[in-house]
Amino acid sequence: MTEKPAPEENREVKQSALQIFIEETMGVSFLIPLLAILTGLILGGIFIAITSEQVYATWRDSPLLAIQTGFGEAWSAYRALFIGAIGDPARIIAALQSGDAAAIRSAFNPISDSLVQTTPYIFAGLAVALGFRAGLFNIGAEGQLFMGAIFAVYAGYSIKGLPTVIHLPLAFLIGAIGGGLWGFIPGLLKAKTGGHEVINTIMMNYIAFRLSEYLLRGPLQRPDSFNPITPFVELSARLPKFFADPLRFHLGFFVALGVAYLVYWLLFKTRWGFDLRTVGNSPNAARYAGMNIVMVTIVAMSLSGALAGMAGANEVLGVNYNLALAFSSGYGFDSIALALLGKSHPLGVVLASLLFGTLRAGAIQMQVSAGIPIDIISVVQALILAFIAAPAIIRTIYRLRAPSVAEEGVFVRGWGGD
Amino acid sequence: MATSTTTLERARVYVSPTRQRVFGIVFLALAIAIWLLFARGLEPGTTTTFRLTPGGSSVTLPNWEFTTSTAVYLAAVFSAALGGYQLALGFKKRTELVLGLVAGLFIFAFLAWAAAGTSLNVAGLLRSTLLRAVPITLGAFSGVLCERAGVVNIAIEGMMLTGAMVGALVGSVTNLWIGLLAAILAGAILALVHAVLSITYKTDQIVSGTVINIFAIGMTSYISAKFMQRYQALNNPGIFSDFEIPLLSKIPFLGPILFDHNIFVYALFVFMVVLHLALFYTRWGLRVRSVGEHPKAADTLGINVFRTRYMSVILGGMMAGFGGAYFTLGSVGRFDEVMTAGRGFIGLAAMIFGNWTPFGSFGAGMLFGFADSLASKIAILGVPIPSEFLLMAPYVATMIVLAGIVGRGHMPAADGQPYEKE
Repeated sequence: MTEKPAPEENREVKQSALQIFIEETMGVSFLIPLLAILTGLILGGIFIAITSEQVYATWRDSPLLAIQTGFGEAWSAYRALFIGAIGDPARIIAALQSGDAAAIRSAFNPISDSLVQTTPYIFAGLAVALGFRAGLFNIGAEGQLFMGAIFAVYAGYSIKGLPTVIHLPLAFLIGAIGGGLWGFIPGLLKAKTGGHEVINTIMMNYIAFRLSEYLLRGPLQRPDSFNPITPFVELSARLPKFFADPLRFHLGFFVALGVAYLVYWLLFKTRWGFDLRTVGNSPNAARYAGMNIVMVTIVAMSLSGALAGMAGANEVLGVNYNLALAFSSGYGFDSIALALLGKSHPLGVVLASLLFGTLRAGAIQMQVSAGIPIDIISVVQALILAFIAAPAIIRTIYRLRAPSVAEEGVFVRGWGGD
Repeated sequence: MATSTTTLERARVYVSPTRQRVFGIVFLALAIAIWLLFARGLEPGTTTTFRLTPGGSSVTLPNWEFTTSTAVYLAAVFSAALGGYQLALGFKKRTELVLGLVAGLFIFAFLAWAAAGTSLNVAGLLRSTLLRAVPITLGAFSGVLCERAGVVNIAIEGMMLTGAMVGALVGSVTNLWIGLLAAILAGAILALVHAVLSITYKTDQIVSGTVINIFAIGMTSYISAKFMQRYQALNNPGIFSDFEIPLLSKIPFLGPILFDHNIFVYALFVFMVVLHLALFYTRWGLRVRSVGEHPKAADTLGINVFRTRYMSVILGGMMAGFGGAYFTLGSVGRFDEVMTAGRGFIGLAAMIFGNWTPFGSFGAGMLFGFADSLASKIAILGVPIPSEFLLMAPYVATMIVLAGIVGRGHMPAADGQPYEKE
């Protein structure tokens, strides 16, 4: 990677992020992820329909009517989801015409919330994607996110009197270090003893939960509260918001995009990234080429943890400004879906995060307006993930031809970790 | 068949000199820890009382009262002696047994110290240990079934959660037994999904497990929020009641702890023995293990790798569904969202800790259950250790075992690898 390329190859070496993304994903065709998302949403709609009470109420009178009701139920749920995620177009236009600042803000609130929900997804998805590239399965994003949140919130409220330019990056960085530490330990164990990172990161998840339970009931508890909740972070450590209330859109989103670019650059433009990808793709080749697999594994796992830690830091410094015990969010498992959906490419992860963030923000509104529990999105996400992981199913459903080139299987490796 | 099985087992029992020394040092370290942590600072003459009858039991036994410092010192000296013998001569094959003994001494010293000047219901503690070990161990059995056949199952948690929900829902509408069957069936269906994804479509098994976990959490919470919380009649299955085993339950001390429970605990014992015999002494078990160790060789010998794996995974799912039903039909009598709270993952840990064997899984499950039940007692005893750290112990212990610091477990060689027929 470092040696000078021959002049005629020069054109190929200088690729943009988009080119590399397309090249990386074209081998497997763009169609599959899109069809997976579509199929997941359709099956989710069917799930909504068959769990609807109205459908059963009408079933006795006329099955046809019941099916129609089912369609109606699913449609109204997804409509509520869409409006909850993007906003009501009519309302946005009306607000813009009236010119009333408060009305405009409230009309754009759904989009703002979708982006706020997207932000931690980007960080966590990048964490898992980076691990995948190095052949590591980081299933511990949840725990790393917790540790990142704890470290960041502590740095955010305990350090006082610093200007924002120093305090905010410092708190964010400390959060990343917290997550990185939680990734470093499984990385070290994997590299030095061969202990499989999947089990170790699961164990580290629960250690993080217990540790945060202890810390939030003890040393980090807000002095005037009986609840396990930390003090608020200082104003100087908060990620600035761009608009007045109720819009929560904050700087974190752009930080996430910046970090995504950084990960992209690291993976595809540096020698270290080349080493990392080689270790991930073919450990034997890497070994023969004399690459330091131990080092790559440890650093990749630590960086992966640090990225997940940033997701936690982002939540406490940008959204909640404190940390309560019921902070668990399911980001840990979702991030695996994100990385797979995005083909472990930073740009893909950002796009997948936008989808999941939008779904999540929309589902929160849907729960209020259509009475459909928010958990439906987990069902949809699981279905999407299943279809991404087993594209043969999608191909059978839509009668697509099998790819001419052998498909890049999703990272199949034994448990023993040799 | 039987002979080849036993030689396979015997070949594993070899203790290297380094390992012998490491164990010796561990024993000595535990002895020193007993002395430093518990023996010092004890006022002479303080007594500890262990109550040996669980609450509400008819089989009574007098309390056991002893001088705390004497007991703690004895435990330390005995551990040190065992450590010295291990360093000098070595216990060879019995090393792990002795490790258990020393660990037991450590726990005894800890309890004696914790209850110094007061009393502790040891029988009650052990009884609740067993109850807390039930779901963990059943989860571990599920893992043993799947992983012995070479399929990693991190979806135990999701299968248990679904089993718990379906058991409560169906149990409320019909009766307990049909609810239990439905829970087992639910586990089997999810396992079938896992099998189709990971065996037929050769998806990464971790990804497939993650799919099931996400789906199970979403689906159960959805049904619970939409129906079970709103209509109480749908979430009131009742629980299987305890019944005493005649004669056995009259054994002093052990009787009330082991033989006065509901069906889940007895089923646990039965499954443990049956699973052990089936895995290590039958043709079926040999096939399952060969498929997990070397699928290609098994295939060459005419064993249908796919069918064997399917079968094991589905059995594993049924086991997890049964274990999940314990939460609703065996203990709480109601479904709450995400009520398994990571027990499936502890089950996974217990399986690793128990070296992929049924008896080992049970032992590990008991150990983790003990940490769990002790954590709830620790606040009452006023011990200056945060209970959260005690609850962390199983996870830390599993990581240590996995790292091979105290001897490496024997993992099925083809665990996690999809089989590609040529």
